[in-house]
Amino acid sequence: MPDGDAKIQHHFGASAADNITGYRSFEAGSFKFRRDEYFAHIQWPGGIHQMPIDVFLRALMRDVAWGFFYGTVNFDTVFGTINYYGEVDMFAGKTNEAFTSVGRDFTERFQSDELMGTFKDMISDWTNEGYDPFAAPQETGVPWGNKSGDNEAAITRERVTAKRMVGLPGDSEVRTDDNGFPVNRMFADVEQDQPEFHVEEGFEDEFAAFNLFGYLSRSDVTWNPSVCSVVNESLFCPTSEEFILPVEHGNDRCEWFLQLSDEIIWTIKDGSTGRYRAQVIAKAGDICCMPADIRHQGFSNKRSMLLVWENGSPKIPDLIKEGKAPNVAVQF
Amino acid sequence: MSAYTTDFGSIEDYRKGGVMAIDDDPKNYVFSNIFEVAANAAPYERVAVGKNFEYVIETIRAEGTSDWYTCAHDEFILAMDNPITVELMKLDDPDAVVDPESEGAVKISGEPAGRAMGWAKLGRGHMCILPVGSAYRVKSERPATAIFQTVEGKETVQRWAEICQIESIAQA
Repeated sequence: MPDGDAKIQHHFGASAADNITGYRSFEAGSFKFRRDEYFAHIQWPGGIHQMPIDVFLRALMRDVAWGFFYGTVNFDTVFGTINYYGEVDMFAGKTNEAFTSVGRDFTERFQSDELMGTFKDMISDWTNEGYDPFAAPQETGVPWGNKSGDNEAAITRERVTAKRMVGLPGDSEVRTDDNGFPVNRMFADVEQDQPEFHVEEGFEDEFAAFNLFGYLSRSDVTWNPSVCSVVNESLFCPTSEEFILPVEHGNDRCEWFLQLSDEIIWTIKDGSTGRYRAQVIAKAGDICCMPADIRHQGFSNKRSMLLVWENGSPKIPDLIKEGKAPNVAVQF
Repeated sequence: MSAYTTDFGSIEDYRKGGVMAIDDDPKNYVFSNIFEVAANAAPYERVAVGKNFEYVIETIRAEGTSDWYTCAHDEFILAMDNPITVELMKLDDPDAVVDPESEGAVKISGEPAGRAMGWAKLGRGHMCILPVGSAYRVKSERPATAIFQTVEGKETVQRWAEICQIESIAQA
């Protein structure tokens, strides 16, 4: 539940490049961020925290790409952000009962666009040449070491958001070799044929079909849902997944997963405390709903296809504020 | 030859996972399997397998030729295993067939009045728009699984207690 009286922080800062590591340090409100060869160091009044830099960059990349996403983005069990759609909380320990039970958690509120500016500067400065935080670990270089170039092309990819459906005239394009999307090594066996279809004259702009599985087999990123078809506010956001979801996502609304191929194992923890609640094993064809009061993190050994189904209704943030959004999608 | 084999599952051959509860009720996850639902459904029964406020994902067992359907908003169909064919017709007077304020698919009695828009043969993973103002029907020579992205309506069948996991799967 957002705190309507939370004071908005407007202090932001960035240092010059460090003489030894070459990296800049950043400040947002009372939080301070520094990286060295292996770690991101986060400091706030009364606490410090360290994360392996690969884990931090993969999480930061999703928070940036998703515009703080829906609800809580836990970078790990200590640090993260909570989206209030225009404003955002940055916290340490707020979703970890070891911190909250002794009053050691710390949270500050920001304007979303202002904090996003610092996050974008940080991912830009801390990502070295050859490292892609969107990529599976086997498909990219390493993030370690002192400052060595950058990778702006990788970190400024735009998320696909089809207006009606990928492949319709004037909408998002299908992926091909020619437009820079080769088939991923783990999906080499996926059929690439396009649907055979016939359109009568005059209906060329209204009727289309495309190979969604072929489209997903050509995704160059992991754990990055993209809108592929839209029914009002019902958004089909399929994505390809390999290795670990880089964040523990604590959605503020129910979120559905349809496993389109292979397998993902989901670790489910309580959204507020971090206590384990369940493991969900999803195989091809399995569909399930993540309750609104949990956080989830997926593990996918073989690259898999996942349909993330979101409800993007603008009414939902108000329902959440009023406590009227259900924690469980279906009661039976 | 690929070093990896992608498992898509099908109405004839699927393996189901499940919820292994630690401190939770498995029913909270509304866990089912679309191939299992299709395998146990009547042809073209539109069984809800996902529901998010008014929106639903419906699973069908495509087998033979369906009735004609229309809708007051776009819908999408995604073929999940065996081939299906979708035929589309532009309705002469859509508002006379479906209330423009209504939601979800509406079954049409008999043959709709309109002009052929075209057809699509959908294999596994192929998606097709079912645009507002049109009518559509689905054909399949053998049982096939498909899902609709749509809104809950009169044709939506909800039998969650039958299709969803109730008890925790056994600890490994």
